[in-house]
Amino acid sequence: MTDMLNQEVVATVNVTIDGVELQVPKGTLAIRAAELIGVEIPRFCDHPLLEPVAACRACLIEVEGMPKPQPACAQVVSDGMTIHTQQSSAVARDAQEGVLEFLLLNHPLDCPVCDKGGECPLQNQAMSAGRSESRFEGEKRIFEKPIPISAQILLDRERCVSCARCTRFSEQIAGDPMIELLERGANQQVGIASDEPFNSYFSGNTIQICPVGALTSADYRFRSRPFDLVSTPTACEHCASGCSLRTDSRRGEVTRRLAWEDPQVNEDWNCDKGRFAFRYQAQDRITTPLVREDGTLRPASWPEAIDVAARGLQAAGSATGVLTGGRLSVEDAYGYAKFARGVLGTDHIDFRSRANSEEEAQFLRACVAGTPLTVSYAALESAPFVLLVAFEPEDESPIVYLRLRKAGTRVVSIATRGTKGLAKMGGSLLAVVPGREAQALRDLPADIRQALSQPGAVILVGERIAASVGGPTAVASLAAATGAALAWIPRRAGERGALDAGALSGLLPGGRPLTDARARSEVAAAWGVDADSLPSTPASDVLDAASRRSLKALLVAGVDPADMPAPFVTDAALERAAFIVSLDHHYSEITEFADVVLPVALVTEKSGTFIDWEGRPRPFAQVFKDSLAMSDASVLGMLARAMGATAGAWDGPGIRREITALGTWSGQSAEVPAVEPEVGPTDGFRLASWRELLDAGVMQEGEPHLAATARPVVAVVSSSALSALGSPASVTVTGPLGSVQLPVEAGEVLDNVIFVPMNAPGCSIYTDLGARIGAAVDVTAGGVA
Amino acid sequence: MAELPQAVRGFWVTFRTMFKKVVTEQYPEDAAKFPPKPRFHGRHQLNRWSDGLEKCVGCELCAWACPADAILVEGASNTEEERFSPGERYGRVYQINYTRCIFCGLCIEACPTRALTMTNVFELADNNRADLIFEKKDLLAPMLPGMVAPPHAMVEGSTEQDYYANRIKGPGPVDQGVNP
Repeated sequence: MTDMLNQEVVATVNVTIDGVELQVPKGTLAIRAAELIGVEIPRFCDHPLLEPVAACRACLIEVEGMPKPQPACAQVVSDGMTIHTQQSSAVARDAQEGVLEFLLLNHPLDCPVCDKGGECPLQNQAMSAGRSESRFEGEKRIFEKPIPISAQILLDRERCVSCARCTRFSEQIAGDPMIELLERGANQQVGIASDEPFNSYFSGNTIQICPVGALTSADYRFRSRPFDLVSTPTACEHCASGCSLRTDSRRGEVTRRLAWEDPQVNEDWNCDKGRFAFRYQAQDRITTPLVREDGTLRPASWPEAIDVAARGLQAAGSATGVLTGGRLSVEDAYGYAKFARGVLGTDHIDFRSRANSEEEAQFLRACVAGTPLTVSYAALESAPFVLLVAFEPEDESPIVYLRLRKAGTRVVSIATRGTKGLAKMGGSLLAVVPGREAQALRDLPADIRQALSQPGAVILVGERIAASVGGPTAVASLAAATGAALAWIPRRAGERGALDAGALSGLLPGGRPLTDARARSEVAAAWGVDADSLPSTPASDVLDAASRRSLKALLVAGVDPADMPAPFVTDAALERAAFIVSLDHHYSEITEFADVVLPVALVTEKSGTFIDWEGRPRPFAQVFKDSLAMSDASVLGMLARAMGATAGAWDGPGIRREITALGTWSGQSAEVPAVEPEVGPTDGFRLASWRELLDAGVMQEGEPHLAATARPVVAVVSSSALSALGSPASVTVTGPLGSVQLPVEAGEVLDNVIFVPMNAPGCSIYTDLGARIGAAVDVTAGGVA
Repeated sequence: MAELPQAVRGFWVTFRTMFKKVVTEQYPEDAAKFPPKPRFHGRHQLNRWSDGLEKCVGCELCAWACPADAILVEGASNTEEERFSPGERYGRVYQINYTRCIFCGLCIEACPTRALTMTNVFELADNNRADLIFEKKDLLAPMLPGMVAPPHAMVEGSTEQDYYANRIKGPGPVDQGVNP
């Protein structure tokens, strides 16, 4: 705050536009200054987040004292400048009409078959600022159309006006300069290298910013016109970056999703997963409640299914485990937290359907749950130094990657593998053996410690720190020792919300420790239950063997056993659990074992809120307003009533009111963990892994075009390890459960480390190898067959 | 002279009319004798090129122009294996809801390929709403001699531009000599 107050007053200049005098900050572009008085100068290449290039020349204006019309998008206003736009100058109007006529010379005018038709800046500005007739009588230039520049992105070179928005985005914002303007003159065209398609994680943004129909997606090809679409502001459910989206639907079906402008979070961008992966929503839905009878599930009515589920849960009571997965809205996660404590009287609740540890839970309770929004995207941009720990931004939170790259922040990454993403951020690598991040954090070089103690320095820790014994402890103590701000970036969109909602053992909503009597009484008052009925001792890990044996029932929401390191919910474990109630929208391995399956609403069928990694609420509106599907919390409310409990509100607005009224915990927060790092030899190959952005995730099902732009599935070893193996083209990696054969390449890993994608098609470290991060695996050259 | 009673005067009008020429047209008995005027706005038709390919490109401009929201179109991509129209795009779904249509003809004016025109057919009454939603199969023009039912490839050696310039005169090769 003091920084902001001490900031120098911004220098301004006086300028006259169309006879209107105005004062603007020094360095303002003429096109922006004109916007301030409501004058829209036509433009194609101009984009507020890209460097000016003045490529399209559509924005010509007359500046007094300059001999020729100037491009408004590149003309910085200076003090005393007098500008005439098309509104007040025949010269400017003529120039703009001339440019538009030129831009249309080779344009095919195939608007009827063009996906941009109806929302096309070229159409609109040709009408508003162009001549009504063309004087061109020659033959138009012809290109083959469309050509795929990736499996997803189609390029129609005839329509291109060479504004270079796409190439500038790829180079300046995404850092993937895979497309470039080739040739000259009338033959100028966007192109790719012959051996490298445009497989950028951010390629979809070029479609959105293309001011003509030159770039379109295979996914949305000819699907609808803008006037068919109903647009809803939503938030992305794929990761914790928290992008604002616009979801367009037609006749009960989502047709496309666009990045929605949000300067504080995703600016104008999003990643291809958030943009293109939504077809999973419509596939394989559970449409009615199901009840198990004689070993098989049969459709049942809601009252019957609720009755069976309520009786089973009532019988198990506090011996029920609640697994909520990481994808719920904060309202639904809060519903589970309340249902577990207030109705079932159990503290066996966990949202982490991934590799986790008790130490991590302690860390989350102490350092993350209920903390205010201190480390934000803006803070990343202004930070002098950012330390990444067990976190690969490009794969695990792409908007964080974009923001770190934009700021040019000094980045050091404590990671198991150096990636292109890290190189594109200009970061440097501190390579570690997987699982041994803790020791590296303790032995940090002095200069990094120094950098972390600068004001504004940030430590970003990923969810994979849970795989390192002592890792969360070391992160917490490093932050405390250096004074650096600490932020935890999970992968899934619902994890931070679930944490704040108290869907973790030992934790009540708002970061309240379960062990604190005042915290319990505050929450009990909000829920309208007796404070003594709430559990007061934190449960041990829901998923460990001991508690699994003691549990008589499981209440499970959207958990995929394959996301857990083996063998959490192996088939046998599921069968052993006496009574399983599954709340899900899709059939899964859990629903196969469930005694009662209750269908719940998708993100498109309810409104709600995600909390992004910053702690910022990301509300989303209901896309399908006439959907009858019920949210998890509403279904839990029905269960609660059937079990004779009320415990406050169970509808979205009611829960939001409860959360707001409760606020965050003001008292003493939980103890930080104190776990010693794992020491000992790390002989043999150790497994490094994370989930790549585009992989075999269930929420990317039904998207062949998107899947084809994923990175190739390869194992990575160091160059010396590769030559020690005899420089094979492929390796066989063997874990306790089995082995996979993968192409191999040399990369930035330690000599005894092999990187394998966590959940790529045909290669899951949990289900195929049975290994977890840091485990010793066998690596042999060549194939098994 | 004494006035005739009102009733008699009324009947006189009736009586006199019995000897005048009848203007009532007998429908449906004499329907063939009185065809609609050539530019009467009747039921729509989706036209074909002379080789049978559909003219509709699924652009939805008709639906956009429609003031009664009676038209629904969904486009789709032609492939080399399955081609319904020249060029990249065709109308996969085409519906006109005749309970809504006001026969204004704005859709016809909007159509960029002259795929949509209106016939003189006006006998559209039905006893239920569902049957008044005409699908693409109901609206497509009949196959004329020389036409081949799509899907099939464009005439050999032609591009969609040849179709739009009316250079395609049948399923045979492009007649370069014809001036459009």
